[in-house]
Amino acid sequence: MSSRERVLGRVRRALADVVPDERPYEEAVGRDYLRVHGRRSTEETVELLAENLADYRAIVHRAAAEDVRMLIMRLLARRGSQEMLVPPGLPPDWLAAADPVWIHDRAAGTPQRLDRVGSVVTGCAVAIAETGTIVLDGSPDQGRRRITLIPDHHICVVRVPDQVVSSVPEALERLDPARPLTWISGPSATSDIELDRVEGVHGPRTLEVILLG
Amino acid sequence: MSGTFVGMPVHPAFPEAAREAVHDPTLRGNLRHATHTIRAKRAKAVAEVSDWAELREAGRRIKDHTLRHLDRYLEQLEESVTRAGGTVHWAADAAEANRIVTGLVKATGESEVVKVKSMATQEIGLNEALEAAGIRAYETDLAELIVQLGKDRPSHILVPAIHRNRGEIRDIFRAEMGAWGRPAPEGLTDTPAELAEAARLHLREKFLRAKVGVSGANFMVAETGTLVVVESEGNGRMCLTLPETLISVVGIEKVVPTWRDLEVFLQTLPRSSTAERMNPYTSMWTGTTDSETADGPRAFHLVLLDNGRTDALADQVGRQALRCIRCSACLNVCPVYERAGGHAYGSVYPGPIGAILSPQLRGTASEIDASLPYASSLCGACYDVCPVAIDIPEVLVHLRERVAEGGPAVRAGNRVLLKPAKGHAAERAAMRAARWALARPGALRTGQRFASRTRRLHPRTLPGPGRAWSGTRDLPPVPAEPFRDWWQRTRGAGDDKGGAK
Repeated sequence: MSSRERVLGRVRRALADVVPDERPYEEAVGRDYLRVHGRRSTEETVELLAENLADYRAIVHRAAAEDVRMLIMRLLARRGSQEMLVPPGLPPDWLAAADPVWIHDRAAGTPQRLDRVGSVVTGCAVAIAETGTIVLDGSPDQGRRRITLIPDHHICVVRVPDQVVSSVPEALERLDPARPLTWISGPSATSDIELDRVEGVHGPRTLEVILLG
Repeated sequence: MSGTFVGMPVHPAFPEAAREAVHDPTLRGNLRHATHTIRAKRAKAVAEVSDWAELREAGRRIKDHTLRHLDRYLEQLEESVTRAGGTVHWAADAAEANRIVTGLVKATGESEVVKVKSMATQEIGLNEALEAAGIRAYETDLAELIVQLGKDRPSHILVPAIHRNRGEIRDIFRAEMGAWGRPAPEGLTDTPAELAEAARLHLREKFLRAKVGVSGANFMVAETGTLVVVESEGNGRMCLTLPETLISVVGIEKVVPTWRDLEVFLQTLPRSSTAERMNPYTSMWTGTTDSETADGPRAFHLVLLDNGRTDALADQVGRQALRCIRCSACLNVCPVYERAGGHAYGSVYPGPIGAILSPQLRGTASEIDASLPYASSLCGACYDVCPVAIDIPEVLVHLRERVAEGGPAVRAGNRVLLKPAKGHAAERAAMRAARWALARPGALRTGQRFASRTRRLHPRTLPGPGRAWSGTRDLPPVPAEPFRDWWQRTRGAGDDKGGAK
């Protein structure tokens, strides 16, 4: 007997008491919880996102379409990064010719090479106001998971209000589970030493979010 | 019949194991500080969501429904993962899981792996099994690193090094890091930021060269084949993203039916465990991506682990323990855990959940497992905070009955009849005597009067088999007059007039 059959056989014998015509999943799982906590206008939802991002120590900026290029340039200059990583499909008008050297994900083949890059700029798939979370799904403007992981400085551009949802249920509805997903709430953090929160162990220690629109 | 191995050496019963801990002021100080900090933060995080009760109920129902149809959802999960390019393996016990993982690592030709913190791999003692096969496993969670470098054991589900303070951590880093790779920086102090930086530098060289990653998972979605890992530091993302081969060892109870079910647990788990609205990082992956868009490991193996879970599933009262999403909220509110620490539980699952999970996964044959259902004051705080509403006190009492009285149970898939555990003969005799006396008011009155008159002669500890009981408890003083006599003397007259109002 294979282990598969052994385990499944044990499961079935263990469940001998369960009556077969039990209620189907849809009935058995009531969903009386809220889809969204509180009523907010679009403006207020974006405001809440900004608040919660900042509360989890992301640095939040706002920019209109025509200013985003200058803002990114300024943030990179302040950081002093010599090289900057960009995903293949990043909108070209977000970057200026005067920015540091751009490196595309594919060109920076090995993790060791990525480790020498100072900053990364990406878009996002969706942002969740109630939790202060941005979600990346590997689309061309976000690139592979590794590029937002190894550099120490991540600038993420969120288009508001289109990419902003209120809640976790609303976010899951928009996402495609077949894609590799990364949910990010503030920079990397640990509380393993006496439960004191310390920013940055392994992921980017600085997360800057630009609310664009 | 062999017990389920959960990666722990022979261990004394809980009261003996806890004795040392409760007399260690450093340990108690570390634990008190940590549990009180997280307790207050959690209460605040939960109060933020007005529908907590509804979320908790939905979580309970999703888990219960899944467990009651576990065979169907496991088969669906297997199909979904396979369709997405992953390979599914089944492991009936720890030895088999270790054999599968060791074989998979060897097939890659590598001799080291990076690990995401995982309860399941600790439970089966994977690191030891890999080491025996000449493979070095690097723990990459900061707390697990502290535990591994300190040649220590984890003592908490969420913060395994909760029993260590910053000074102890600095000493471990200074003494041990060099033997495992990049040594600690010169002049390392005990500030948490510096310690975290030392860990970052030490581990980064391992992440960047790793070819094989090993993880667990918080959830597996049957309908899509998606696995979910919830974490804070980014070490999880590193291990799940950079290696060419990813091996995930996951308990069969971690499956949920649908993608939508995650909306419940992604709201309740972070608030219950780290007291945050959302944990810093959550990674979700479904099989492997095709070579066009290759993102993450090119080979993905899922090892579905039983290791006693089906035995727990067979217990109609105890199976609710399998709802556990490992948030650790029950540990942080438990007055027994706070004083005894995690090591006393003799299992990778400490605290209230460990007290009901370990004896079910391993059986109650050993001294430690037979003592765990008693490692509780039954105050119920663990039930109140549980985000999937596991009635831990109910299961504790149920398991106490099994230990004291024996009875039918399932071990390694077979129905067995358990004998009453040794050491409970006195307890059973006392209960039988109480039953006899309480059914005979005359005998009870005589006995109570006798006890009152001889109260000055009573010893402070019980003799014979009662010694163990009174060794860890104060004997209640016997009053000068039995309550029933006192009632008769002071209120008894009223009874004659039919005075009960």
